[in-house]
Amino acid sequence: MADYHVTTPLTDDVVMSLHVGDIVTITGHIYGLRDATLIRMFDEKVDIPTDLTGAVCLHTAPGVRNEEGRYVKVSIGTTTSTRMNRFTDGLMGKGVRAITGKGGLLEDSTALLREHHAVYFGLVGGTAASETLQIEAIEEMWWPDLMPECLWKFRVRDFGPLIVGIDAYGRNLYLETKRKALDVVKHLEI
Amino acid sequence: MGQSWPRDRYEKMADAVAKLYVKALKDMPPDVRIALDKAVQRETVPVGKTILGTIQRNIGAADREDLLICQDTGTPVYFVQMGEYCNANPVAIERAIRQGTEEATASHPLRSSVVSPITRQNNQTNTGYRVPVIHWEFIEDRDDVEIVVVPKGSGSENMTYFRMLLPADGVKGIKRFVVESVIGSGGNPCPPVIVGVGIGGSSDLCMLLAKKAIIRPCGEANPDPEVAHLETDLLQAINASGLGPMGLGGINTALAVHVEHAATHISQNPVAVNIQCWAARRGRLIIDADDNFVLGF
Repeated sequence: MADYHVTTPLTDDVVMSLHVGDIVTITGHIYGLRDATLIRMFDEKVDIPTDLTGAVCLHTAPGVRNEEGRYVKVSIGTTTSTRMNRFTDGLMGKGVRAITGKGGLLEDSTALLREHHAVYFGLVGGTAASETLQIEAIEEMWWPDLMPECLWKFRVRDFGPLIVGIDAYGRNLYLETKRKALDVVKHLEI
Repeated sequence: MGQSWPRDRYEKMADAVAKLYVKALKDMPPDVRIALDKAVQRETVPVGKTILGTIQRNIGAADREDLLICQDTGTPVYFVQMGEYCNANPVAIERAIRQGTEEATASHPLRSSVVSPITRQNNQTNTGYRVPVIHWEFIEDRDDVEIVVVPKGSGSENMTYFRMLLPADGVKGIKRFVVESVIGSGGNPCPPVIVGVGIGGSSDLCMLLAKKAIIRPCGEANPDPEVAHLETDLLQAINASGLGPMGLGGINTALAVHVEHAATHISQNPVAVNIQCWAARRGRLIIDADDNFVLGF
């Protein structure tokens, strides 16, 4: 378990230096997206209006305030990633190097992250107050009709702690922990 | 019987419900704070300790900066208890609750998390057809109205389970179903969680009891000693699993297990599990016969 501070966009060297259980903070940019955003990108095949090469994505739908056409943060946190598991393939195809959320991703995504040299960062679910303070600004937003599930670009400073939940070597701390836990309770006298 | 409520009291109630909703989203109940403090002291796995420390700092940040604890403003669920000597009009109370929820959403502003299940259209009000969800109970020998709000986050609500077990499966079958449901949810419901369990009744009542169980102050035992014993057994088994905070390992998977039960049919053994995340937000508004409005947990 090591502590890292990384900047975006992520390089191959940085991604390959991370292992499950490491703690990471990020400075730079992260892209917010979730269910409706990913349906638009990959099911409806609408062109993505920005370059996601080396990007860190965050599963989120923020609470915002509209100030004369500009969106200002109210509360930004994260949501359950397993719902968006089937979109990992699409994101990898766009050059994304890290998916951030809570709850982890499944076996097929673990293999895709390994193949494409990418990682999954686990945020502590429910800790939006801290994350909102670490997000310096909402720099851009696309697809306002999906509010709040638009595509968002956030500028962040020391965003985290993030726990490397899935690394680029095929390890998935969520699935390993759950498998062990299910095995323990299977053998419990209850 | 006294005078029925004046109309302006419902306006005041709508404003109070708006305040209640925002307060619930920002101010963690003291019982949950205490349970989290104990969890961080107990935790032995480093990742688990890091996560619990992050949770505590987040609650501190919400207090200090007047921020929402979690961005998920939830499905607005209300439990209303009305005393038999209270002269309020339940229809007007329902109207005030809806109005208050919408008022809070517009004025704070809050993210609207409520959509049509068919079109997925979001009205940006946190309300919709049959939502807010309002459950009523009528209480003997009281003259007040008590409204408990639970902005129910979806990470935990999506991890809801129900099964009609067989009478021959017994309590043993109930225990296995509850424990395997919680562990099978992994990190999705944001552990350490409060596990709400409904046992008995009809299928609809069983589900409602599981939801009612999560609004009990964290760790408060069921008054029936046999049921309280079941709660302790379930909590031990769940925490023995090692699933831990956010499903990444540790000895704190659940803060508490709360069981609510009801009589059932001779051929049935229904069990429901409704999980509440560590961000177990809850607010309570009491309006007494003398027109006092008290906000609490």
